[in-house]
Order: sequence, then structure tokens, then C-alpha cells
Amino acid sequence: MNHVFSFARSLPLSGRIGLGLVLFWLAVALVGPLLAPHPVGAFVDQDVFSPVTASFPLGSDYLGRDVLSRLMWGARYTVFLGAGAAMLACLIGTSLALTAAVRGGWVDEVLSRAMDTLISIPSKIFALVMVAAFGSSLGLLLTITAITYVPGNFRIARALAVNVVSLDFVTVAQARGERGLHIALREVLPNMIHPLLADFGLRFVFIVLLLSGLSFLGLGVQPPHADLGSLVRENMSGLVDGAPAIVVPAIAIATLTVGANLLIDSLKPVEKQG
Amino acid sequence: MSGSAPHSAMFGVLPLIGKRFASALITLLLVSAVVFTISGLLPGDAAQETLGQSATPEQVAALRHEMGLDRPALTRYFAWLGGIVQGDPGQSLVANLPVREVIAERLPNSLMLAAFTALVSVPLALAIGIASAISRGGRLDRTLNVLTLTAVAVPEFLVATLGVLIFSVKLLWLPSIALVSEDASLWDTVRSCALPVLSLSVVVIAQMARMTRAAVADQLDRPYVEMARLKGVPFRRVVLFHVMPNAVGPIVNAVALSLSYLLGGAIIVETIFNFPGLASLMVNAVTSRDMPLLQACAMIFCAIYLMLVLVADVVAILANPRLRAQ
Amino acid sequence: MSAHVSVRNLRIVAGSKAIVDGVSFEIARGKVLALIGESGSGKTTIALALMGHSRFGATISGEVLLGETRVDQLDEAGLQALRGRRVAYVAQSAASAFNPSRTIMSQVTEPLLVHRLASKADAEVRAVDLFRALALPFPESIGARYPHQLSGGQLQRLMAAMALITRPELVILDEPTTALDVTTQVEVLKAFKAAIASVGATAIYVSHDLAVVAQMADQILVLNQGRTKEQGAAEQILHAPTDDYTRTLMAAASPTERSAPAVVAGDALLKVEGVHAAYGRLPVLHDISLQLARGATLGVIGESGSGKSTLARVIAGLLPRSAGSVRLGGEELPKGIDGRSREQFRRVQLVFQNADTALNPVHTVGQTLARPLAFYHGLKGAEAKAEVARLLDMIRLPADLATRNVRQLSGGQKQRVNLARALAARPDVLLCDEVTSALDTVVGAAILELIDELRRELGIATVFISHDISTVRAFCDQVLVLYGGTAVEQADAAAFARGVHHPYTDLLMHSVPEMRAGWLEQAVTRKAVLPSEVGDDLCRFLPRCPVAIDGRCNAEAAPLRAGDGFALLCHHELQTLRELTA
Repeated sequence: MNHVFSFARSLPLSGRIGLGLVLFWLAVALVGPLLAPHPVGAFVDQDVFSPVTASFPLGSDYLGRDVLSRLMWGARYTVFLGAGAAMLACLIGTSLALTAAVRGGWVDEVLSRAMDTLISIPSKIFALVMVAAFGSSLGLLLTITAITYVPGNFRIARALAVNVVSLDFVTVAQARGERGLHIALREVLPNMIHPLLADFGLRFVFIVLLLSGLSFLGLGVQPPHADLGSLVRENMSGLVDGAPAIVVPAIAIATLTVGANLLIDSLKPVEKQG
Repeated sequence: MSGSAPHSAMFGVLPLIGKRFASALITLLLVSAVVFTISGLLPGDAAQETLGQSATPEQVAALRHEMGLDRPALTRYFAWLGGIVQGDPGQSLVANLPVREVIAERLPNSLMLAAFTALVSVPLALAIGIASAISRGGRLDRTLNVLTLTAVAVPEFLVATLGVLIFSVKLLWLPSIALVSEDASLWDTVRSCALPVLSLSVVVIAQMARMTRAAVADQLDRPYVEMARLKGVPFRRVVLFHVMPNAVGPIVNAVALSLSYLLGGAIIVETIFNFPGLASLMVNAVTSRDMPLLQACAMIFCAIYLMLVLVADVVAILANPRLRAQ
Repeated sequence: MSAHVSVRNLRIVAGSKAIVDGVSFEIARGKVLALIGESGSGKTTIALALMGHSRFGATISGEVLLGETRVDQLDEAGLQALRGRRVAYVAQSAASAFNPSRTIMSQVTEPLLVHRLASKADAEVRAVDLFRALALPFPESIGARYPHQLSGGQLQRLMAAMALITRPELVILDEPTTALDVTTQVEVLKAFKAAIASVGATAIYVSHDLAVVAQMADQILVLNQGRTKEQGAAEQILHAPTDDYTRTLMAAASPTERSAPAVVAGDALLKVEGVHAAYGRLPVLHDISLQLARGATLGVIGESGSGKSTLARVIAGLLPRSAGSVRLGGEELPKGIDGRSREQFRRVQLVFQNADTALNPVHTVGQTLARPLAFYHGLKGAEAKAEVARLLDMIRLPADLATRNVRQLSGGQKQRVNLARALAARPDVLLCDEVTSALDTVVGAAILELIDELRRELGIATVFISHDISTVRAFCDQVLVLYGGTAVEQADAAAFARGVHHPYTDLLMHSVPEMRAGWLEQAVTRKAVLPSEVGDDLCRFLPRCPVAIDGRCNAEAAPLRAGDGFALLCHHELQTLRELTA
């Protein structure tokens, strides 16, 4: 815990705000459902699209359900699907990138060309095509969003790895007779960790935005499950009334992604001033 | 080396540009294979799906034959590709019209939306990016950094819904639904596009500004900038005559990448505002599993993306004497 | 007469650290002051302060007087008017100081134009005059080129043109020849000296190289860690230094010759025969042969691009040879790293030039040294720990350094660890690639001592690759001179000292500045007599050779001429060469 505090203190203000927001949403995703005042699907309000009241701190939705409770459940899908897919994307992308960089030659050529092709399909378009082809169960969504962002991670990780591989200590390891796996994991990977973590954060932000976007279009998380994007979609009819039910989940997503983005940005090495 | 007079250098660059063009074409071909594999080959049997579980195997086989699904994968791919290249990607299953007609109706609207957005966002983004880079580390830079950092991570539907709440619901200035038709006056068209353009611009401006800043800041750190300062060149002149010629390539690249983001961003924005564009058409195609339409839309988006990147590439080549002289 | 430039009590602080502390000096009009020191001495920082410029937001205090102007009190507009007009700067790396997107002419004339001293047409005329004065090729048209189309030596001279075009009263030259090959350096130094004298400017010459400074300076100021160690007339500092630090610098700059070359008996341990190698289609090594006995040292000399580092890579298998053989103790080594056994890897170890990149920054010293111990000798746990401690002791570093991350070490310590990692394998052959060129002279000299001592003690055959002919002469039993991928001369130390040399070796030896004033004036410029393209089988040195024979050298391949303990590739008879190069 001390680590967290000393880490937080080393950050600039924007970074601390970002860290706070990320930790907040992580906590909500973990324990939110336990603390939710109402069951997720219960119709508890006589009215629909109620404004903020004492009994419904964030109003009620288009069916008279408690928005706060639905938000606490929905955050779980958004955060965990996003984090899971980001991890999967980075794991696949970075493994392929290390293979390409350390092996070089035709292996690199083929992998790079394949990833260049995939990256030429705009990510949302790619995801739409895959959803159309395979559907959008939770498992499929996780896989689809992960695959969508593999090429991006590959590109970053390969650039980093190629830089490291060109350094003399890798040549020394090769001249020592080390095998590819040792070089990739012991010599190269540890030198890429910081930028890779930043990229993981970035992928997380992209994936959360993509997932929410898909859900918003009705192509993402399907009822009875609902992530934050689905909440926005369900309540679109409340837009003309300015109901909190539509604005609150949208702001919730924004605080999560903006928070993550602020945190990543503040981790970048301090730029020298000109 | 001595023969590198300006005109011959311009001719020397043509093979390089030709090479990039060919490479973009090959990528587009590979992309088409990926799109077709995912949407045409991998998902189960379209004939079975159309007829449902109750159909007899004979009925399924008959339909399969009719739809051409019993041909080998490669034959089907080339038939499909041939159709696309000739401008006839087939029949839209849902609209029961040729895909070409459906798209022809929507594409101009999308292009107009993109053009408006580009017109608004490019100058603004370049101004913000260059201003931030010049005042690196200063208060202006830090403020703009947090602002753009926030804007890139905000979902489009939040910007759009807030825009509707403020300008349509509260202030009653702008329509919340984009009605685009041929009889609408220019003023009406602009008014009805205002909110979609605003929603798209926020994210695009932020992205473009950040990349522009990075490109310019990178150049400002180079030794030649210090050298120019030590020659007594005023800072404004350093930025205009020393930094900008070197930053043009990366900046154009940033603009291309951000504009390509419009393609994806438009999907959400067009849906919210009921804007009759290509992106919302594609969403409909996904919902109704209208594969021929979906594939055609996807290919158009990919082609536009590759074209933007290619243009940026060519500009970067022309701006760089090292590449020019190759 | 009052001094032209006067600096009093200069102090430059970055963060909480003083980079320069209490430095004072004066320069009379038209004289040259040299600032001498190792990296971190603050010499560049002082030079930039004379233009009112500091890097990384450092603050300048003290008094900087140029004529009647207090430079330290000028505002931004005042500095802009001063820079490029009254004070001009020549940077170390012209390749990065020129804007890659603009023509040379637009950059050279810019100081005149921004200060409104001449019209564009007049400025270009003045630029062409300067190009001619600086002995640049094609002075009329060179201005239309872009920086990437020119060589390092040309760019360096063009930067001098850019500095001198406004006829400034003070010119600051910041290590202007450090990035150049030694044969190019002579020409550039001559051009600089003449050009500065013709403008009548006062100059500050920043350098780490005492011999270069001896050619250029009237006065010398020796710096260490931001403080003045000694200052005075050049003659006095060079010939009668009073400060201990100055003496250390002088000693390190002139390596003492080994008492006697190690007499080594026995068969050749490493035997390279007829090796060719290429990067893709670009040939880099052409028919190289050499032999090395246990405990012996072979020095490989050449300038950048001569293929000397490639030779090490080929022996180590990093670049597979395209023809020829490499034998180790009678056993032929596979071409690339793929076919080699762990034992073969162990016996040949490489030490790279730049320890910053040769050591993995995420590992500790202990991890770095333990890896080859585990990999080759299966040493683990306490055994490995003890061996690491023994290695650290061998390279004279304290044992508690083992837990330190390599990033925390100084440059010299890193290079020692770099060396120890190779020794941990207990190799038979050590390939040292420019191991001292990234280091300060004093630190580099100590590393050389260490290598020399260890290879005698451990009986390791060493290939010592360097661009520095005096180091090689002092340390090696045999010398191999590479030019354009070809071995133009090969000799044992005694024969090399007796001195019949290939014209290239001769040029190289006469290009190394000597530590006395007047050497530069005596150094004869050797112009190529048959400037031509490199032919396939012709002598590689032909396009630059000052003694080429028309009809022979440009017609047929050079014959091998062997003598007592040496051999070289040249069309001239040995006797003629002896006379030509005497």
C-alpha cells in the first residue's frame, strides 16, 4: 500500500486525478454489485426517467429501474471486458512482435506484412465485420475487441523490440550462443516494459471506447447483460427530457477512459524543456 | 550526385511514388481477402441460416447452389472481387436493391460530413498543435495537453448527447436530427450538420493536435534548431523556415491518420443523429446480416483509409530532399 | 591593449549542480584560446555561455565581456543581434547541425540575411568565395546541394563558411574535427586556421585532443569538472605543465610503448584465410588472411568504413563469411552462429566499443557477469558468486559493485564490466572493437593497460581494432592495415617500426597530429594524382593515392610485395616506397 502512495505522490496533479479515477472504477467493478442499493433488473420506481432524488441518487431509467444500481453492475462488464481484452491483445501482439524482431528475415517480413494489412482496416470497421460474422456473446466480444487491437500493439512492440535488438548487448548475447527465447525474454522484453505498460493502458482506453460504442449501437453486450454503453443505448429516448439515465452512464465511461489516459500520460518520461 | 538538379530530382521521385502506390494496391487486395474470409467464408452456412432449422437438406442444397455457396472458396472470392472491381458488389439482401444503388445514395452525404469536419478541424488542430509545441512545458502547453488528452478519450456519444442537450433541448438553436435532402437549402444543410460535425470534430481535433505537437516538438529538439538560434535567427523564423519544412511530412501523416478516424467515429455519430450516411448504413447491414452490403461498405472504408495514408506518404516524400534524391 | 574577450568568475548552474564554477580568462584580439578537458569538464558549456546560450535551462552568472558589450546582460533581442554577427559557432557534428531540408547555400547565407548585412545575391557571392577559400570541391555549385549529399569533412568546412560569412569578431569552434577521420582532419584544420586568420577573428577552440590544440591555440585553459586547473601560453602548458591533472592528460595522450613484444611460441591459434564478406550485395571484406598465436596481439587499423569492425563480426560468426575459412586451434569454425557449438562460442569473445549499449541496462553487474558463468561453465549459487567477485577483483572494481545496476556505473567502470563479461567465458580469443574510443583519454589509457596485462597473464590471443595508429603501435605484436575492405599492409611490430609502408599507411601516420606547435604547417597535403573511380580489381586506395602510377595502378591489380616480417599491396617496388615515404 505504501508503494501506491509514494507512487501517487510522484505523479503530477493530472496523473493523480487519473490514478484516482482508475482506482475508483476498479473498486466499483470489484465490489459495486455488493453495494448496489437495488437488484440490477428490479423495477423500483413508479415513474420512468426520474430526475435525481434521495431514493434514486442518479434517477431511474426508461423502465423505472435504479440507475445507480445498474451503473454499478454495468461497470463490471466495461472494466473487466476492457482489461481482459487489452491484456489478450498485448499478450498476442507482443509475443508476435518479439518473434518478428528476434528472428528477423522472412518471419519478420510475413508477420509485419500481415499486421500491416490488418491495421489498414479501421478498427471499428474491423470489429463490425467480425460482429456481423460471428455474433456478440461476451466471449466473442472479448476475442473480437482483442483481435482488433493486436495489430496496433504489434506495431508499437515491434518498433520497440527492433530498437533493442539493434543494441550491442543483444549482439553480445547472440555471439555468446544464446537461444532466441532467452534473448527475447531476458535481454529484450525487460527493456520494453515501461512503454508496453503505457501501450496496454492505451489499448484499454481504445477497447473500452470500442466496446461501449458497439453496445451503444446494440451490437455489443446483449441483454440481459448490460455494460455502460448498453445503458446509454437503453435510455436514448430520455435524451429530449435530459434524463440523468442517459447522461450519467456516458459520463461514467468518459471518467474511466479520461482517467486512464491522464494516468498513462503522466507516466511518460519527463520531456526536456527547450 | 552532381546531376541532382531540381527537375531531374522530381522525375527521380516518380518510381518511389509508383512503388508506394503499388504497395497500397497490394495491401488493399490483402484487405479484401481478409474481409471476405471473415464475412463470407468463416460464418456458417448462409443457406441454412436463411431457411432455418426446419428446412430439408434438399432445400438447403438447392438454395446453396442458387447462392453459389457450393463453389470452392477461391472461386467465390474472385467472383466477389471481380464484382467489386467492376462496381457491382451484388444485391443487398435486405433492401432488395443493387448494393451499388444503396451506396450511391449514401456516400455523398458521408463525404459531405467528412469534408465539413475536415474543414473545421484541420486548421484548428494545426494551430493548437503548433502553439503547444512552441510553448513546450509552459502553461499553455500543459493546459492544452490535459484538454486534448481528455478529448481523445471521451466517447463520441457523450459529446453528441451533451451537444443535443445543450443546443437542441435547452437552447433550441439546432435540430437534434440531421435531415439531409436534395431540396434542403444550404443553410438548412449546414444547420442540420452542425451537431454531427461538432461531435466528430472534438475527438479528431484533439488527436490531430497531439500528433502535430509531437511532430513539431521532435524537430524543435534537433541540433539544427539550436544552430539556427546561435546564428541569430529569430525564433519565429526558426519555426517557419527551419522546423516546418521538416515537420510537414509527420504533420500530413497525423492529419491523414486523424481523418481516417472520422470513418470509425462517424459510425456512432451518424446513428445518433439519424444521418443518412455510409457508416449508419453499415451498422444496419450488421444488424440485418446483409453481407454483400457490409462487405462493400467495409471495402470502401478501407480504400479511403489507404488512400489517405498514400497521399500523406507522397507528400512526405516530396517534402524530404533525402527521399526525393533517391 | 585591453583584452578583446574577458570572462570573470563565470558560474553556470543547472538545477542545484554547478557545471562551471569560477572560471575567468581573457583573450587578446585575434588570438586563439583552447578550452581543454574531458567530458563533463564544462568546456562546451563555457563556450556557449559566450553567446549567452545555455542548454537545459541552466543559469549563467558572472561577467562575460566582448569588446565593450556585457554579453551576460543582453536581452533576447540583443543576443539575437550578437549571435551569428559578432560571435559565430561551429558545432561538433555538422551532419546534425545542418537542416536536412534546406540547401547548403540557403543556410550558409542566412546569417547575412537575417542580420540584413547583404542582399541575397551579394551573400551568395561571398559564400562562393568562402567555399573556394576553404578548399571545397565545386565551389560554384556545392551550395545547391543538400546536407545528406556531402561528406562529413565537407560539411564541417561548410559550417565554418556559415560561421565566417559575417566576418565575426569571435568564432567558437566546438570539437569541430572530433567526428572526422584522422586523414580528413588535417585538411579541415588547415582550412579552419587559414580562414580564421584571414577574417582576423578571435577564436575559442574547444577540444579534448591536446595534439590538435597544439596546432590551433595561442593560449590554453585546462578544465576539470567545471574548474580551471591551469591556464597559460600554449608553449608553456604543452612543454612545462605545472598542474598534476594537466600532466596526467599529457601522459595519457601519448601511450608508452611496451618494453618488448610478447614473444610467443607455438602454432597459430586463430587462422583466418582468404575471407570475403558482404552486407547483402555490398562487399565489405576482400580476401583477408591473418594468423594469431596464443597470447599475441594483432592490431587492426583503418578509418570508418574500412571494414575493421566487420572483420570482428565475421570471426565471431555474426556476419557469415561468403568465402574463406576461419580456424580456431586447427578446427574450422562454421560460417554463421547457427552451426557453432557452445564450446566454440566460449572460445571467441567480443568486446564492443560502447559499453553503454553493450551492457543490458536492466541487469545488475552481478547478473551480467553470472550469465556467461552459468551458460558456459554451469556455475550457480555460491560458486558463481565467488567467481563474480574474483572477476571484479581482476578488473579492479570493488566486490560490492555486483549488486549495482549497470546504469549506475561510470563510463570507465562500464567498460571494465564489459571486458570482465568476456573474460568470464575464459576465452582463447578476445576481439576488442574500439574499446577505448568512447572513453576519455585518461580512462581509456587505464583500460588499455588492463587489457594488455590480462592477456599476458591469461595467454589470450587478442585482436585489437582501432582507428588510432599510435595506440596500435604501442600495444600490438602485429599490425594489419585495412583500407576499403582490403588488407593493404600487414607487418610484425619490429618491421612496422622499421618502416616501409603502403602509401595509405604512410598518409595515416603523417596525419596524426604531433604535440608541438608548427606541425600542421609542416604537414604536407598529399593530393591524389589519379582521381578516379574504384575499379573492381584495382587498388582500393587509388582514388586517394598521392603516388599512383598512371597506366599501372589504374590498369591492373596491385601485386603483393613481401619483406622481412611484412607484406603490402602496391605497384611500387619496396625500394621506391622506402624513398617515397621516408
